[in-house]
Amino acid sequence: MSVDQATVRRIARLARIAVDDAAVPHLQGEINAILGFVEQLNEVDVSGVPPMTSVTPMRMKKRADIVNDGGDAARILANAPAREDDFFVVPKVVE
Amino acid sequence: MTASPSTDLTTLGLSEARDELRKKSFSSVEITKAFLANMEAARSLNAYVVETPDKALRMAAMSDEKLSRGEGGPLEGLPLGIKDLFATDGVRTTACSKILGDFTPNYESTVSSQLWRDGAVMLGKLNCDEFAMGSSNETSAFGPVVNPWMPPNWTAERAKAAAAGTDKGGLLVPGGSSGGSAAAVAANLCLAATATDTGGSIRQPAAFTGTVGIKPTYGRCSRWGVVAFASSLDQAGPITKTVRDAAIFLKSMAGHDPKDTTSVDLPVPDFEAAVGRSIKGRRIGIPREYRVDGMSPEIETLWQRGIAMLKEAGAEIVDISLPHTKYALPAYYIVAPAEASSNLARYDGVRYGLRVPGRDVIEQYEMTRAAGFGKEVQRRIMIGTYVLSAGYYDAYYVRAQRIRTLIKQDFELAYADGIDAILTPATPTAAFGIGEKSAADPIEMYLNDIFTVTVNMAGLPGVVVPAGLDDRGLPLGLQLIGRPFDEETLFSVAQVIEDGSGHFRASRWW
Repeated sequence: MSVDQATVRRIARLARIAVDDAAVPHLQGEINAILGFVEQLNEVDVSGVPPMTSVTPMRMKKRADIVNDGGDAARILANAPAREDDFFVVPKVVE
Repeated sequence: MTASPSTDLTTLGLSEARDELRKKSFSSVEITKAFLANMEAARSLNAYVVETPDKALRMAAMSDEKLSRGEGGPLEGLPLGIKDLFATDGVRTTACSKILGDFTPNYESTVSSQLWRDGAVMLGKLNCDEFAMGSSNETSAFGPVVNPWMPPNWTAERAKAAAAGTDKGGLLVPGGSSGGSAAAVAANLCLAATATDTGGSIRQPAAFTGTVGIKPTYGRCSRWGVVAFASSLDQAGPITKTVRDAAIFLKSMAGHDPKDTTSVDLPVPDFEAAVGRSIKGRRIGIPREYRVDGMSPEIETLWQRGIAMLKEAGAEIVDISLPHTKYALPAYYIVAPAEASSNLARYDGVRYGLRVPGRDVIEQYEMTRAAGFGKEVQRRIMIGTYVLSAGYYDAYYVRAQRIRTLIKQDFELAYADGIDAILTPATPTAAFGIGEKSAADPIEMYLNDIFTVTVNMAGLPGVVVPAGLDDRGLPLGLQLIGRPFDEETLFSVAQVIEDGSGHFRASRWW
């Protein structure tokens, strides 16, 4: 499988990465090289093989469903690029 | 080795320094100062991205107090370097990416907090590939790290001049992604360093610098507070000068952590006790699939030498087959980018790190991520986004996860046949030059991890031990792969290789 330039632009959009038109052909070449490399996986018969979903066979532990943290806005906001009181500031999302 | 007044303290290993500190041959402040001086003199290697001398001296003084009372933890007073992937409270942590800007966590990763709990001293943060994505440390936002091993036939003057430049052209890469960790250990800029390994990022740099690196079993070390790359593959581990040092260090790093659901609730063995244990009668597998095209003949010779050493020590050598080996690397280049694209979605310029303003919030995301992520990271996020996108998920991602099951089964069958550990080469070649591969196609760089990546795919422990030099005088390593949670066997077998091979140290030219 290989991707065309429209697909490269669509992937960039999905990944939320701004890509210059000039960079598209180069990126297309690199992505296609990687897709070409992984093509060999199609040689393998995987029928009946379950996908690996857990590296170590163990039950996922769950913590108690209680509040165990919070009330610490100052620490949460300590690295914010823009803030106002106890809020992160972003451009207007809803008109 | 016993420290006399003339001993350069920075040449000691972790275990030697530990023993001498307990005997009060010198103080933690003394050895810490020696490392701080070395770090200052070695800035052209670019191994550290943050130096924390004040913190180091404060911690060392506290350790000396404890040691003087005959107290102290297993790592009391020992100066270490920390890969910039570990969150360190009050110390800038960026995963060597521009997108994290001057991010300064107000929390500590579980692994590093255990080192401080055990008395270790922090010297600073170590350079690495951006988000640990790379095999040469060339993708770091802070520039490449120089391998302390000089290119063959170079003079010290030539190397010094090249290291003074920003592109470091012609010098050798230390490997990646834990290139700063490996270079710092090899150049005596710390006793040992933390590292992380997603596809070979502890083991390949260890092989390139003549150091020891172990990636423990998935789940052995907590991932909490470690910047995530591919969560089902990432594991923390140490890079050290000797096998014994690695055993001591790993004991402090490992252990169950309720904050990481994949961390395993198993007791941590006394790994150091396994160092020097007999390997008589242990069955060592030699997988025929690890003999690949393009592998240098010296690697084959090295492998045979390793086999001979283990045989000599009483191990039984068994030819085995791991038939799905060749599919590990392509499957990895689906699974790892897929997980990375998901993990790295959090870097959006809203809560921390870089923000590039846009007309609306979407444009802000896109501009921030375009400016903040380097080329390799962008490429992997895009591949990951593609293989997870509607219509391609089954063909790529699910197929790769099925192949992962087959890779794991290959190992399980070998272990069910009574194999205790598997011996393989660590890398297809010795260290290459800075700039030599980065301009070429990405696959060429990815092939560096061909022997190491299977271990991450199967979640197994793997250790790389220096085993010799190539014909140009550069270090080469051998890899041992173990059963899940049987790092002890790896330490026992690795010690035999170390005893048979000796130590390989770069001579100082910087």
